[in-house]
Amino acid sequence: RSEDPITNELWDELEELLIAGDVGAENALKIVERVREKCEKKGFKFASEARSLLKSELVNRLDVDTPQYSERSTKPYVILVVGVNGVGKTTLIAKLANRYKAMGKNVILAAADTFRAAAIDQLQHWADRVGVPMISQQPGSDPGAVAYDATQATYNQQADVLIIDTAGRLQSKHNLMKELEKISNVVKKRWQYAPHEVLLVLDATTGQNGLIQARAFTQAAQVTHLALTKLDGTAKGGIAFAIVQEIERPIKYIGTGETINDLALFDGESFVNALFEEE
Amino acid sequence: MFENLSDRLTDVFNRLGSKGRLTESDVDAGLREVRLALLEADVNFKVVKDFVARVREQAIGEEVTKSLTPGQQVIKIVHDELVHLLGDANVPINESKNREQPTIVMLVGLQGAGKTTMAAKLALYMRKKGKTPLLVAADIYRPAAIKQLETLGKQLNIPVYSEGTEVAPPDIAEHALRQARINGNNFVIVDTAGRLQIDERLMTELQQVVERIGPTEIMLVVDAMIGQESVKVAEAFHAKVPLTGLIMTKIDGDARGGAALSMREVTGVPIKFLGTGEKTDAIEPFHPDRLAQRILGM
Ligand SMILES: Nc1nc2c(ncn2[C@@H]2O[C@H](COP(=O)(O)OP(=O)(O)OP(=O)(O)O)[C@@H](O)[C@H]2O)c(=O)[nH]1
Ligand SMILES: Nc1nc2c(ncn2[C@@H]2O[C@H](COP(=O)(O)OP(=O)(O)OP(=O)(O)O)[C@@H](O)[C@H]2O)c(=O)[nH]1
Ligand SMILES: [K+]
Ligand SMILES: [Mg+2]
Ligand SMILES: [Mg+2]
Repeated sequence: RSEDPITNELWDELEELLIAGDVGAENALKIVERVREKCEKKGFKFASEARSLLKSELVNRLDVDTPQYSERSTKPYVILVVGVNGVGKTTLIAKLANRYKAMGKNVILAAADTFRAAAIDQLQHWADRVGVPMISQQPGSDPGAVAYDATQATYNQQADVLIIDTAGRLQSKHNLMKELEKISNVVKKRWQYAPHEVLLVLDATTGQNGLIQARAFTQAAQVTHLALTKLDGTAKGGIAFAIVQEIERPIKYIGTGETINDLALFDGESFVNALFEEE
Repeated sequence: MFENLSDRLTDVFNRLGSKGRLTESDVDAGLREVRLALLEADVNFKVVKDFVARVREQAIGEEVTKSLTPGQQVIKIVHDELVHLLGDANVPINESKNREQPTIVMLVGLQGAGKTTMAAKLALYMRKKGKTPLLVAADIYRPAAIKQLETLGKQLNIPVYSEGTEVAPPDIAEHALRQARINGNNFVIVDTAGRLQIDERLMTELQQVVERIGPTEIMLVVDAMIGQESVKVAEAFHAKVPLTGLIMTKIDGDARGGAALSMREVTGVPIKFLGTGEKTDAIEPFHPDRLAQRILGM
């Protein structure tokens, strides 16, 4: 197979592979076209050469440089977790709390999803499980007020990391998107540069709507990093290419299951390799 | 991104200067746009292929009527075919034929799709139709899943059957059914844990629940934002448990929801409801024409 020649069918096949992985039809077309031109320029003859060029082109697309605060030296390091409904925000927070705790950090969680039924209980379960404190109020209370309390607690206890859970919201709901700004402003009042990390959580199963999500959340909440969850499923998360390119923010984490250990730092090369794997 | 397929098609046909009968090259130029629009709407690429082939067959040689432009004509053919594939008319929920036996609806699907919320919505919806619903908390895995259903039940004043997290879901389901018979609940809704279709253990457990209680309806709950994987997910669930309906949630957002078409196509199972918000009254019976327009960005 490594001696297979480059044919028109190969390009169709590669385009299809990208589309099947949720890269998006127009984006897939563009990427394959570009790789095709490069192959011609380089005088490549073998399908294997075309494949590896496509892979490195894809890996490059995920590699963006952004200014960021050091999570090791910034104290406190405040993380705001945002995203649409059901993508895995709360579960990711459990994983992050566990990660920072293992790094020897004092972590506080803020239950600023006061809307969804039993959202606070869910986060409490994880806080207990990991063994970190959680700040909360009654269901239905103002998320900004919870963020304020958590800010106070972080300050008083000189905690290292504050992670704020927010309610899932569809990006098309303007009022709910505005609320994120309020939460963000509450922590900004205490620490000028907080939140230091605004983590947009995306479900890898998401199709083309993911790009619209990323645009809207970046606008409303100044997203600094992405997390891609549910990669343990069969979905490839190909919409990430368009997202990273457009908002110029890197993917920091991937979620690969429902327990606190199912977290990994993002690695572009394995992500791209998985796109090429049959499942 | 396609804002409007109609505009794009009008543009294509204007450029071609098409009139009279739709020629093969007219149609192919138009169908390129249709293909892209469907893919942008997250219709699975294999489903798109078949769909486009069918539309092509219908469109070629068609007389362009006076009242329509060629672009509008192709849109009409595409739209009608979409409506047809989505199921033409609304299919109501199956109900138990035996008066002694309650209707049992089981909700299944991937993690975070909206099953628990939908369970509460269906309970409220059916109570408005005169039923006496019972909600069953058979998700023993997700943290606070039981509490979530209980909270929703309390808000609606609808009973929730639960046995904590130590009893196996097939047992919970069976016990709940017994309870429903005793209490005279004629509409039982079983909330199950979210699971990946490739999770053998949990898929087998789902089968066991089905064997134990023999549901009247098994509905796959799917997020409107799902992409190309919808086909694999729907096929795998359908292969394990005989699905009788599909439900698409979060349709209050701006996702096109093209996956509905793919899943309907590969399972042959009708789409029955849409979830249109986070509140418990945000449920609508499915109407194919509205979703067809949405998929086409009209
Ligand atoms: N398979 C898998 N499931 C996950 C992963 N992350 C989260 N989940 C599951 O997805 C579902 C939703 O997760 P949550 O953490 O509640 O998501 P959320 O974004 O907080 O949801 P809302 O607060 O309702 O918007 C739960 O069943 C989780 O167990 C993952 O990486 N893989
Ligand atoms: N906007 C909107 N949100 C919805 C809709 N249906 C459910 N949600 C939200 O989606 C998230 C997940 O809903 P759940 O009902 O917990 O989903 P689930 O399938 O039971 O999740 P697991 O039990 O973890 O697999 C919650 O934040 C819900 O409020 C809907 O139709 N529209
Ligand atoms: K995967
Ligand atoms: Mg949450
Ligand atoms: Mg649930």
